[in-house]
Amino acid sequence: MPMAEKYNIMTPRRFAAPLRSLAALLCMGALMLAPSAASADTLQEANRLMKQGQFGPALEKTDQVLAAKPKDAQARFMKGLILTEMNRHNDAIAVFTKLTEDYPELPEPYNNLAVLYAQQRQFEKAKNALEMAIRTHPSYATAHENLGDIYARMASQAYDKALQIDSSNASAQSKLAMIRDLMSVAARPTALASRSTSGKVQASPASVAKAEVAPVVKAEPVSVAKAEPNPTTQPAEPKPAATVEAKPSASGKEAEKAIRDWAAAWSKKDVKAYLAAYAGDFQTPAGEARSAWEAERTRRINKAEPIQVDVENIQVAVEGDRAAVKFRQHYKSGKLKTSATKAMVMVRRDGKWLIQQERVAN
Amino acid sequence: MLKRPGIRLLAAALCLAAAGAVSAASPEQTYSDSGPEPMLDQVFAHIEQNRLDAALGQTERLLKAYPNFRLGHLIKGDLLMARSRQIKTLGNVDNAPQDKLADLREEAIARLNAYRGKPQADYVPRYLLQMHPEQKFAVVVDTQKARLYLYRNVDGRPRFVADYYISHGKAGTDKVREGDKKTPVGVYHVTASLPRQKLTDFYGSGAFPISYPNEWDKRQGRNGHGIWLHGTPSNTFSRPPKASDGCVVLANQDLDALAKNLQIGTTPVIISSSIEWLSLDDWQTERTALSRSIDEWHRDWESLDTEKYLRHYSKRFQSGSQGLEQWSAQKRQVNSGKQWIKVGTTNISMFRNPGKEEMVVVTFDQDYRSSNLSNVMKKRQYWMKEDGVWKIVYEGGA
Repeated sequence: MPMAEKYNIMTPRRFAAPLRSLAALLCMGALMLAPSAASADTLQEANRLMKQGQFGPALEKTDQVLAAKPKDAQARFMKGLILTEMNRHNDAIAVFTKLTEDYPELPEPYNNLAVLYAQQRQFEKAKNALEMAIRTHPSYATAHENLGDIYARMASQAYDKALQIDSSNASAQSKLAMIRDLMSVAARPTALASRSTSGKVQASPASVAKAEVAPVVKAEPVSVAKAEPNPTTQPAEPKPAATVEAKPSASGKEAEKAIRDWAAAWSKKDVKAYLAAYAGDFQTPAGEARSAWEAERTRRINKAEPIQVDVENIQVAVEGDRAAVKFRQHYKSGKLKTSATKAMVMVRRDGKWLIQQERVAN
Repeated sequence: MLKRPGIRLLAAALCLAAAGAVSAASPEQTYSDSGPEPMLDQVFAHIEQNRLDAALGQTERLLKAYPNFRLGHLIKGDLLMARSRQIKTLGNVDNAPQDKLADLREEAIARLNAYRGKPQADYVPRYLLQMHPEQKFAVVVDTQKARLYLYRNVDGRPRFVADYYISHGKAGTDKVREGDKKTPVGVYHVTASLPRQKLTDFYGSGAFPISYPNEWDKRQGRNGHGIWLHGTPSNTFSRPPKASDGCVVLANQDLDALAKNLQIGTTPVIISSSIEWLSLDDWQTERTALSRSIDEWHRDWESLDTEKYLRHYSKRFQSGSQGLEQWSAQKRQVNSGKQWIKVGTTNISMFRNPGKEEMVVVTFDQDYRSSNLSNVMKKRQYWMKEDGVWKIVYEGGA
């Protein structure tokens, strides 16, 4: 699922959560935003090249699209990402800045601007950009996480000045996530087609190399803010929710119970039971390895704060051994409180309903 | 979504004393709102009411005005950190040097307490009993409050001008020995001005040595030297309350403001560990009582009744190597050969010595004329109250 892949400067941990509301927003301007099939293919190609670390050719392809459609948001977004990969940060900043001016309703360019500013230690600018992203999309998880990190870094900077110390290798161990995905929310058929064929995405060598020279040293993450905004954020699938119908069937009841058990295990911090709710072929949100995903989930759930997850209004549509499940999820932990609509794909294996896909669908 | 945890605890952690019994009737007379304290106070007021955004905004303004204000940066760090996790105390830094944190907490307490517990407008430090006409200003230091107060001489009466945050000795007050890292307590004056160019950056915008050890210190066997009022390094706005080797340290801008009012050899600097404040009425009573004793001493000297004159001297009297006995013998001998004595005392200053002992340092210009000898000198006496009577324990040239 290439469009679901996350570009991440420090670690392949975070994943942008494009929201349904964003999709709706974009649909209004879809004619303008969505590139033609041909240019979409060219962009796909650019994306592929970028992942292979062939940034020059990737940039060329992107520029081809832009020559025909200079305003194209997705191509410009792609260009910003490629420039970032090429360490042309000021150029990338220019591209994303212009995007925020032309499409102030899109949170992703703001987020990526913030990541770039943060790399330049311009935390105030980074903060402002993230606040803009959040203003446009208040429940935007990545922006919230990044903002938490920015605050922690700014705090660390202030502490350094206060105590005349250099804690750059001690306290602000935070990682900012760049969003790689802009237009998956635009529900384009080409993107969907490639999703099924491309399989899992691995961190490109380039990002790995970068992680090693990254100025921020990896250590225990600082903030509670990072805790659990949307644990499994996946691009909103364009699959119309209309196919989901509530059927009070026996298997529907079973699936519903599985969801309630899953939420209960999460609340009880019963990591084992929680993880057991996921199918062996569960599509991890960022395409990361199952073991990495499990480790991250375990770490987050085991944080000190109590967790309370409530689910309500569960709707189940069963088709044989598959079920589309939609429900309202209320998550509370420490200072963090979120409510979101979750959409899951569940599969029945050995008589047990397991989660195969999990996403936020507002 | 990020919710901000309250950090009311932060204020609580400081255990801020509520504004004391004394509250300023007219603040502009007892406090100069020029330092960071008013803004700092607002920051904490916002924090106490859980208005953390407002607190951060105010902290930013504070740091704009005082970019090297470390305490401000600490608070800023806390307010930012509070957006992502619970803040339990002022200076919520992991792995931070605890002594530095403790220093900044002390500074916060000192600054806020000094601001919230301002001295009352019609109260004056007990020590400033009488300034002589040439002393345009007087400096009084309260080490416990980490505060320096500047008074203007208005017809011998002190009128408040400004006050400033200060640091003093690491090991506190009551200096006794060289290198004890303590600040002396007593009545001193500014003896010199050392400009910035002659100093290292450590002393900031300048230094003003004071007259430690004074006559009384020496008599008590106290030693050491080089007690100065001075500034801070250029990258430092202020230092912790207890930071120096005995000097009194001010922010550079405060030192600059103070420097304009200091007269070398003249301006008194009285250092106390905790200022005693007197109402103007009580102050007037004390000053009148002492003035009367000095007048009597003066008249009795002129009377040529040597025994009457000598009753003003304490059994503990000491001047140089002379005790009371030698002093008395010498006075009897000198006076016996005189037909008349006339003593003029002008420019009298009277400064009470801070501390348990009731002692006042009296300095004046003495114009001595007699039938066979005349001389003019600056004289200093230490008067001590013994059984309710003011007696001279030291006398000498100043």
